[in-house]
Amino acid sequence: MILSNAGFLSLFLGLISSFAVFLCTVLNIKKNLLNLEKKIYKFLTLQFFFVVIGFFILLYTFIISDFSNETVYNNSHSTKPLFYKITGLWGNHEGSLLLWLLVLTSFIFFFFFSSKDEPKNFRLYTVIFHQIIVIGFFIFVLKTSNPFDILFPVPSEGLGLNPILQDPALAIHPPILYVGYVGTSIIFASALAAMVTGYVNNLWAKNLKKWVLISWTFLTGGILLGSIWAYYELGWGGFWFWDPVENISLMPWLSLTALLHCILTLEKRDLFKNWSIILSIVTFMLSVTGTFLVRSGILNSVHTFANDPSRGIYILIFLFVLVFISFVIFLFFENKNLENKKEIFFLSKETSVLINNWFMIYFLSVVLIGTVYPIFLDVITSEKISVGPPFYNKLLIPFLIPFFLFMSVGPSMNWIKTNLKFKANYIYYFLLTLATTIITIYFLNQKDFLLIILIFSLVFLSIKTLTNFFKNNTNHAQNLSHLGFAMLMLSILFNSVSSTEIIKNIKVGESFISKNEKITFEEIKTNKKKNYSSIIGTFEVKNKNNKIIKLYPEIRIYNQPIIATSEAAIKTTLFKDRFITINLIKDEQLFNIRYQNKPFMIWIWISTLIIIFGGTFAIFSKKKNYS
Amino acid sequence: MEVLLRFLVKKKITLSFLVLVFFISCFIVFNKALFKNKLYSPEFKDGKTTYLVDFSLPELNSSNEIKLSEVIENKDFSIINIWASWCVPCREENDFLKSLNSLSSLQIIGINYKDRKKNSIKFLNDYGNPFKYNLVDKDGTESINLGAYGVPETFLVNKNRKILIKIIGPINNDHVKKIREIVNG
Repeated sequence: MILSNAGFLSLFLGLISSFAVFLCTVLNIKKNLLNLEKKIYKFLTLQFFFVVIGFFILLYTFIISDFSNETVYNNSHSTKPLFYKITGLWGNHEGSLLLWLLVLTSFIFFFFFSSKDEPKNFRLYTVIFHQIIVIGFFIFVLKTSNPFDILFPVPSEGLGLNPILQDPALAIHPPILYVGYVGTSIIFASALAAMVTGYVNNLWAKNLKKWVLISWTFLTGGILLGSIWAYYELGWGGFWFWDPVENISLMPWLSLTALLHCILTLEKRDLFKNWSIILSIVTFMLSVTGTFLVRSGILNSVHTFANDPSRGIYILIFLFVLVFISFVIFLFFENKNLENKKEIFFLSKETSVLINNWFMIYFLSVVLIGTVYPIFLDVITSEKISVGPPFYNKLLIPFLIPFFLFMSVGPSMNWIKTNLKFKANYIYYFLLTLATTIITIYFLNQKDFLLIILIFSLVFLSIKTLTNFFKNNTNHAQNLSHLGFAMLMLSILFNSVSSTEIIKNIKVGESFISKNEKITFEEIKTNKKKNYSSIIGTFEVKNKNNKIIKLYPEIRIYNQPIIATSEAAIKTTLFKDRFITINLIKDEQLFNIRYQNKPFMIWIWISTLIIIFGGTFAIFSKKKNYS
Repeated sequence: MEVLLRFLVKKKITLSFLVLVFFISCFIVFNKALFKNKLYSPEFKDGKTTYLVDFSLPELNSSNEIKLSEVIENKDFSIINIWASWCVPCREENDFLKSLNSLSSLQIIGINYKDRKKNSIKFLNDYGNPFKYNLVDKDGTESINLGAYGVPETFLVNKNRKILIKIIGPINNDHVKKIREIVNG
């Protein structure tokens, strides 16, 4: 109880330091005093320090299972393994907001310490705009979602964490995703500050790039972890469902990707100034909108923690205050950063960046409309619809083909002007692509015209990107990410066209045949763990060459709260995943078996990792250039 | 068109006004959505009553189109249960639903949510079939129309489709007791 009080006090002191930072910065800009900057350092450190203390106190109450704290009582249980006691902290609304605050304050702290070479006023304005966000979230946490609420009398046992959230991938998914989301707040504040101080130029772009890269890399990682969790834990065998909650993480990713390309142009050519600013603002707005939609209960899913409209209305008002501030600033200071009137030659890197941005904005609008349209329709006409994969497939896939083709030639363009020389290798590329496509189609045994063209453009993209690695003076980070993206698209495509599934009810000892494989149900065992008991089946998969693979799917019955979940047994090989789940059928010896063959599953994860690796590579290689 | 565009760019005020109107309408819609959600919560505030929407869906076995309101009219009370073969809690719930079949003035209507026909028939064979009718909601649209959060979800309604109880998640002993109390008067 003392702990919770201390935690609350710490957060309260954190809020006071936030106000202090804000005041100091405003005073500093007005009077231009030197020694005040030291005070900003002091208060920024204090603000960060108090949030860290609050975070660790909450962490400690989770570890020792102090059920006098309401958050711990609602989301933890004394028999849970230590790992899930810790991750239970952000598996709920209050705790996850504290984590959000922690990342938010640490980012502005690191920004202020690492931006010493930049203009003073720009730094101060960035801190001011960022402090508005920090203070907003501080008040949100303290007023509507205090993680340190106290329960009296103290309950003897907690309610437990939702078992489907007890998964290693999901345990680290929120922190990674948050770094990505919150990183966009620095981009947002810095864009507004650059506008006000007239600093929207190549220097600004150069410095902002690393923040864009950090957010982008972590956001990609967060999305990857979410998909891995959906694949392993939900037991459906899918990894992306176009669920509104997934879309919400995809939207800032799309606008960040656009910004990443756009800011390169600003850095190298001093172009697209206003557009970079707009993208920076939009990215952060999408992140906050995501938080609003997920946390308010407008969309329902495993992510919905807060079903209390007072919380939703707070984020909503906060979001629109931010929109309003940035809009007004944009209107007033737009003239201060006049666009250079430079002609853009149509065969140039500038054009390809522009094309990339058009596509990104198109994809973004499709996802946005698919996510938000049902809400609007519900409010205006009370009609309820769900927007599913067919909508996205129809609107996105045809546009992917030109996108892939542009993406394959874009990186080979030069800045300013590319001289188009006819090269003999282009014929080789074309022939190689054609040959690979024909072989692929032969193996896939598919005759759909759209699919064939899609494969062709993708293969062309892969080959073109691969050859970029061998050029002189090439950007390996970019090549890696582009290659990863091409591989990702290819694996998703192959996976979706050639997955198979069989559902059977069989007894122990029986077997069935799927394609070239014989699956035998060998035995059943029971097992007892600290937080669940389980039934484990043993399956033997024998293929044509008498190669044997054993699979052990599981049914888990968790004790706190009592929920049964089905744990898929997945055998991953380089070319395909074998995916098996069992379910109980009452009063009989029969078990319900679902057996799936999912080709190239692992390549979806690997290629996303390559994209992330490309991003990481870019972050570090740029740092070298500075020093 | 071009004249209009040039006009808009020149007149910053007009442009900002339009953008502002757009943002404000977004705000209003989101705000409404936020509070609208409450309508579907299981508690009916201020004694307000809610009626089940009406729709037609094909029956699982016969594939005949069935109108929900016509079926509900036949009995004093009906339970509408949204279920799916892939839904684990639906299996536990099945026994409770079967036990309710002993009430003569009550019928149970299933809505088979986003399911494959083969799997759902198998489910009913394996666990038993408490349902008098089973309406197939293949793409989940009508369940959303009912204001469902997900599967399983259960409504108790009277002849006039007035919602007496709504249960989100699997039903348990307490719910069964409450349903019995209401049906037996």
